[in-house]
Amino acid sequence: MSETPPVILVSGVRKTYIMGKTKVHALQGLDLTIRQGELVAIMGHSGSGKSTLMNIIGGLDYPTEGSYFLDGIEVNKLGKNELADIRNQKIGFVFQGFNLLARTSAAENTELPLLYDRTNRIKNHRKAAIKALEKVGLGDRVDHFPNELSGGQQQRVAIARALVTEPSIVLADEPTGNLDSRTTAEVMQLFQELNEQGITIIIVTHEGDVVRYAKRVIELRDGRIIRDEFQEPDSAADNLAKLIAEQEGEILEEKTADSL
Amino acid sequence: MRTLRLIKVAGKSIVKNKMRTLLTMLGIIIGVGAVIIMVAVGEGAQSQIQEQIQNLGTNMLVITPGASTTGGVSQGASSFNRLKIEDAEKIRNESAFIAGVSPVIFTRTQIVGGNGNWRSTIHGVTTDYPLIRDWELTSGRFFDASEERTGKKVIILGATIAENLFPDSDPVGERVLVRNVPLVVIGVLERKGQTPDGNDQDDVALAPILTVQRRLSNWNFIRQILANTYSPDDIEEAQVELRAIMRESHGLAEWEGDDFEIRNQVQLSEAAEGTTEVMTMLLAAIASISLLVGGIGIMNIMLVSVTERTREIGIRMAIGARGSDVLTQFLIESIVMSIFGGAIGVALGFGGASLLASLTGWNTVVNTETVIVAILFSAAVGIFFGFYPAKKAASLNPIDALRFE
Repeated sequence: MSETPPVILVSGVRKTYIMGKTKVHALQGLDLTIRQGELVAIMGHSGSGKSTLMNIIGGLDYPTEGSYFLDGIEVNKLGKNELADIRNQKIGFVFQGFNLLARTSAAENTELPLLYDRTNRIKNHRKAAIKALEKVGLGDRVDHFPNELSGGQQQRVAIARALVTEPSIVLADEPTGNLDSRTTAEVMQLFQELNEQGITIIIVTHEGDVVRYAKRVIELRDGRIIRDEFQEPDSAADNLAKLIAEQEGEILEEKTADSL
Repeated sequence: MRTLRLIKVAGKSIVKNKMRTLLTMLGIIIGVGAVIIMVAVGEGAQSQIQEQIQNLGTNMLVITPGASTTGGVSQGASSFNRLKIEDAEKIRNESAFIAGVSPVIFTRTQIVGGNGNWRSTIHGVTTDYPLIRDWELTSGRFFDASEERTGKKVIILGATIAENLFPDSDPVGERVLVRNVPLVVIGVLERKGQTPDGNDQDDVALAPILTVQRRLSNWNFIRQILANTYSPDDIEEAQVELRAIMRESHGLAEWEGDDFEIRNQVQLSEAAEGTTEVMTMLLAAIASISLLVGGIGIMNIMLVSVTERTREIGIRMAIGARGSDVLTQFLIESIVMSIFGGAIGVALGFGGASLLASLTGWNTVVNTETVIVAILFSAAVGIFFGFYPAKKAASLNPIDALRFE
């Protein structure tokens, strides 16, 4: 692991919110290095500072103190517009609850980040969108609208949208928040596959179910890292197969019960 | 290229929310439609009045007796009548601009004949009169120069008199009695309609001036001298020249004021035009208020739309939209909606104006200027009232916007 270059370099980051008269220290001097090709789960209870950390890593917010380098660029020194461009080109967001635009086809949703790409490195937006959709296994759902897709498929469209600009990192905020365990396994299987292709993935979550699929687990509490360890991840594909087998077994049992 | 894509995005958003779009545009549609219909009615009235003024006679100058001053006390207009037949002759002989000239004397009297009798005004005029007034005959002929010179007992009836005395037949060749003098009807004048101030121009009869002076009236003052120029452009110069001729004819000394007045139709038509212009402006102003209300409607819906689409804005910003991208998108949406609304309003205005014309018989005129101004104005409304909501959308914090439920 240590031979790949660092993608994310956070050092001494503090974030303080002023709410009325009280100061809230969301992050209290945080150091973190994430290297290329990692699959990291950042976990913690609400109020642990994990959302704040995600906002800073995602270029949505500035740290009060400390520095943050993404791909060698010191993000905390950038202006609002440059920050928007960084989000566009270096970060692929996957949000909780999919956040697809309604009445907009899968391909058009996937194309969306390219609309704001000022480098114009990708000429054919639709072709790139279809390629990204194929990567997440939705090559046959290109012109479907979100309401015609299942929850798992919608989240896969969201992942395709995150991938379309070929970002340095994919940043997922509770990506399985509203999904059942089978669909969770489906989505995590996709993340594991993408990670195997070399894409760096950071998942912010509070679900233990997701954490076991990650190669590295970072736990936050009160704005500090209290756990940071590498682990052997479970295979989401195996778990998915097991879940499917169980469900079909149940259906089979129900059927035999009905026929008796 | 990016702007083009943003226009496409805005277009899609407009199409996706058909009901909202329609409601938003309704204000602008009605506003622009109202402006166009109102201005069309105003312009129509203006052109109708213009036509009526033209009917009074083109290029016409009217000389009337002026105010006389006795020992420093003005006696008011027409207080001292010094117009003479010789004035008219001098003008005919000396003027370079005047095409025709006719002194006019009036006598108000009963005309007996045909169905009964009719009280009207008989004008004693010369052969130039129909040319000056631009007045055609529907039947018969005008009197000629020899009939004028000899004071023949002939008369030409206006349409109103002809209708009242001879409702079912052509009066040409019939006899009428005026102050016990039998006159032969030799012609009937074409209908001219009312003057802008409501006088019936057709309630009149014409006879040679000598006939009126010698046989019909014992009141021989020349009430006015009518003259017309070859071209409407000459009116101003002709007026100056006419004044000089009249002063010479009346032998006025340098220090004496004019004892006559010269007026032209331009002044009259300008006054009437001014009135209708004020009316058009007033109508347009009232209609503009509805356009303003329409604009406020756009702002209202756009503001609601920004709140409703906060999450969408959050997503767009998170995946790299700059504030200016969001601003542009929302601004384009409101401009496109208001321009489309304006275009539909123009169509509605055209339809409404012609419908109004066919229902009420009013004259309505839709001119290109109004249409262009209306569309430009609706685009301006879109920019003006779309800016605040767009600015609000652009200044949202992406973190808050994403968390917005």
